[in-house]
Amino acid sequence: MDQLIYAAEVFLNGLMTGVMYALVALGFVLIFKASGVFNYAQGVLALFAALTLVGIQQGQVPFAHLINAVLGTHIESFGWTVPAFLAVLLTALVMILLAFLIEKLVLQHLVGQEPIILFMATIGLAYFLEGLGDVMWGADIKRLDVGLPQGISDSIETVTDQWFGYGFFIDRLDIWATAIAALLVAALVAFSQFTKQGRAMRAVADDHQAALSVGISLRFIWVMVWSIAGFVALVAGIMWGTKSGVQFSLSLIALKALPVLMLGGFTSIPGAIVGGLIIGVGEKLFEFLIGPMIGGATENWFAYVLALIFLVFRPQGLFGERIIERV
Amino acid sequence: MLYREAGDFKTSYREDGQTFPIRLDRWGYYAILVVAFGIIPFVINDYWASAVLVPFLIYAIAALGLNILTGYGGQVSLGTGGFMAVGAYAVYKLMTAFPDVSIVIHILLAGGITAFVGMLFGLPSLRIKGFYLAVATLAAQFFLVWLFNKVPWFYNYSASGQINAPERTVLGWAVTGPATSASAKYMICLCFAFVLAWVARNLTRGTLGRKWMAIRDMDIAAEIIGVNPLTAKLSAFAISSFFVGIAGALLFSVYLGAAEVGEAFGINKSFLVLFMIIIGGLGSIFGSFAGAAFMVLLPVMLKNLLVGTMGWPTDLAAHIELMIVGTLIVFFLIVEPHGLARLWALTKEKLRLWPFPH
Amino acid sequence: MTQVQEQDGYVTADGRQIGPVLMDLRDITLRFGGVEAIKKISFDIREGEIRAIIGPNGAGKSSMLNVISGFYHPQEGEVWFKGYRRGPMKPYEVARLGVARTFQNIALFDGMTVLDNIMTGRLNKMSSGILSQAIWWGSAEREENHNREQVEKIIDFLEIQNIRKTPVGRLPYGLKKRVELARALAAEPQLLLLDEPMAGMNVEEKEDMSRFILDVNDEFGTTIALIEHDMGVVMDLSDRVVVMDYGRKIGDGTPDEVRNNKEVIDAYLGVAHD
Repeated sequence: MDQLIYAAEVFLNGLMTGVMYALVALGFVLIFKASGVFNYAQGVLALFAALTLVGIQQGQVPFAHLINAVLGTHIESFGWTVPAFLAVLLTALVMILLAFLIEKLVLQHLVGQEPIILFMATIGLAYFLEGLGDVMWGADIKRLDVGLPQGISDSIETVTDQWFGYGFFIDRLDIWATAIAALLVAALVAFSQFTKQGRAMRAVADDHQAALSVGISLRFIWVMVWSIAGFVALVAGIMWGTKSGVQFSLSLIALKALPVLMLGGFTSIPGAIVGGLIIGVGEKLFEFLIGPMIGGATENWFAYVLALIFLVFRPQGLFGERIIERV
Repeated sequence: MLYREAGDFKTSYREDGQTFPIRLDRWGYYAILVVAFGIIPFVINDYWASAVLVPFLIYAIAALGLNILTGYGGQVSLGTGGFMAVGAYAVYKLMTAFPDVSIVIHILLAGGITAFVGMLFGLPSLRIKGFYLAVATLAAQFFLVWLFNKVPWFYNYSASGQINAPERTVLGWAVTGPATSASAKYMICLCFAFVLAWVARNLTRGTLGRKWMAIRDMDIAAEIIGVNPLTAKLSAFAISSFFVGIAGALLFSVYLGAAEVGEAFGINKSFLVLFMIIIGGLGSIFGSFAGAAFMVLLPVMLKNLLVGTMGWPTDLAAHIELMIVGTLIVFFLIVEPHGLARLWALTKEKLRLWPFPH
Repeated sequence: MTQVQEQDGYVTADGRQIGPVLMDLRDITLRFGGVEAIKKISFDIREGEIRAIIGPNGAGKSSMLNVISGFYHPQEGEVWFKGYRRGPMKPYEVARLGVARTFQNIALFDGMTVLDNIMTGRLNKMSSGILSQAIWWGSAEREENHNREQVEKIIDFLEIQNIRKTPVGRLPYGLKKRVELARALAAEPQLLLLDEPMAGMNVEEKEDMSRFILDVNDEFGTTIALIEHDMGVVMDLSDRVVVMDYGRKIGDGTPDEVRNNKEVIDAYLGVAHD
């Protein structure tokens, strides 16, 4: 009985983690749907957003390391701090600027290339952004705090203690993350279904040429989509950053979004969410039940292996469109 | 004016099929071999061996391997680091279990074991294609690294979790262990790289190479004209992994001497080798060497420039290196998606017609 | 419609002697989900003949060809080849039995040269193992050069010597079609399937292609089944014609018989179906 209650707790925590994965996966799906680009850099985008947010909030001087090395100075920070809300807004602006630059400097020159070339270009982009983030804000591990509530939720612990005689440990941050993610998803769905830009975005996703011929600006759509993806990355960055500090491993956690996508299908927003939940719950339960027998740390690979096995039986993912081969 | 095909008539299909059909290329190739085998071993020092030449040769082998799978076979893999780890741990287990057998045989066997593991992880490629497969190979990367980290049998229950290469000799010369000379390290890597490059060239110009390329270019059509996708894809995975495994075995036993799996064979290794073949040129033997040379030389030169000459801190230089590598990848993909090998080929084509452009 | 007698030989209207049945398709039905692309179609292909399959767009001609080449597996019906009933085979196994084909939308390997593309047609004639290929000197090289000779004959035959080493991606449309034919011929097939070999060609290119098809049939004795839209070409080239419409067979016989078949005329002139 105790075992079952522990498992239930692990299950709930898995769901919360899954929401976080889904959040990153969402950014992938958006870009893939609108431009057919499999954006490997999405994880690094989240890292970059989190770094920038912390940097702005604490009034760090960007490129301080580089300036010091070149000029021999010792500047570190402006000496002020920026309120969390304003910092988030400024970071969002930076992400939009970044989206504009990516379109201008990279995507524009790769129109019509094979998908795999575009994919590799985003790996290059990921390297660049990782280096840029470190050079701009320094590579040390940072604490991120934008005022989201943290710590174990007392009320849940009390309530579950009354019910089961065992108090569930659920982080309040996770609850908030779930709520915010749900809100974000709803907003995105509403945006793509009910606005003019959303319709244009779906048109581009369907057929670039046809969209161009009815007068939709491809460049505008791409900048828009990358901006949205940047914003989603920012939200994901805030959540993960608050939870485990802003550091390089953030972009590796974001890599987990890839098996999530494989499960859900690359083009499906509900797929990204369901996939995220399955992976989140699956890896926590597996670690809880099987992990101790085989040395632990199975979270490193479980998601990938699960996705691999799943795909062998259903190559298009849970919600992906069926692939019909013709000659 | 020397660089001409005209007057260099081929009178048999054998001559027409040779690797360097133009006379000057052939001479250049022989000259490089003479320098590589006849001169460098006698003048090499520790710095050149450990900073440039030995890693270059080892990564060239890995790049050849990945190029067979990705460049010729069209199957993108992000699991190279994991497969290199298989080679490294296989050679370690063999070296310590059978100390009397020659290390050369151990390295070859390590390649064979890696080929088997690679084939196993290649099985899903029959069902999964493109990005899906690329992500699926990540499973190999993360699972294998975890496996070598968590199962003490693989590192002989050593307290540190590291593996250390004991001393082994070839023809009386130590090639592994702390007492190895720079020229011995260089020579064993050179021999492997030379033979494997030759094998790669042979495999890619014949039946097997055509099967791989047919699957790469249009898999359905390939199947209808008679290519069995099962054998074509699995052979690409097996042979690619054989090369990568040997590279991993050499990297650990000859170059590093001691290794910890997460550090030496992490996902960054996978990307490093992938970048080599993108920058060098997909589907090109020459490109594998060019890309490996580029990616090995770049950090050395940047470090000399930024840290040595300008006195910047090392970590800053490392971050700038990341930015430069990223920029170069994007730059190459935009300007010349076929890499250095294509640039080289275009230059040669121009040269052949020079000074008459048409 | 002439009933084909179960006999070893068969004489067409213009007096050409064609051989016994090479491939026999019996009551083939092919469905995609709920849609019946082919409905209970039977016909045969005889050795040495040129057999045309015609019909309006969407009649199921290409699906029929895909059934013959093993890419689609029919839900009902039997495929007999060289006197044996063919089980559900993979496409590459069918190819090994001696069936080669070209495609409606050219399916060449763009990253390879013309020579390499044609050499892929001979993959099933080459048997050296991985080890001997890795060493190259000796058996692998001998085999390569022997097959190269065979391929060179086809290159001469189709008059594409000058583009031998050109990457296929750079070729114009008409030449690509010819290279595709060369690749199919390199396999020395017993049955050659051509899916709209003349689609998108100008008159001159069509004439060239027709000549090659006739020459292939004459000189190598290859049995040919082809799909084509150009009626003039079909009537001139083929010995016997199958007419399909909406997945059904509505005519079968010599070009003259088919030309005078009422149902065929209706289908082509667009008389409304009840």
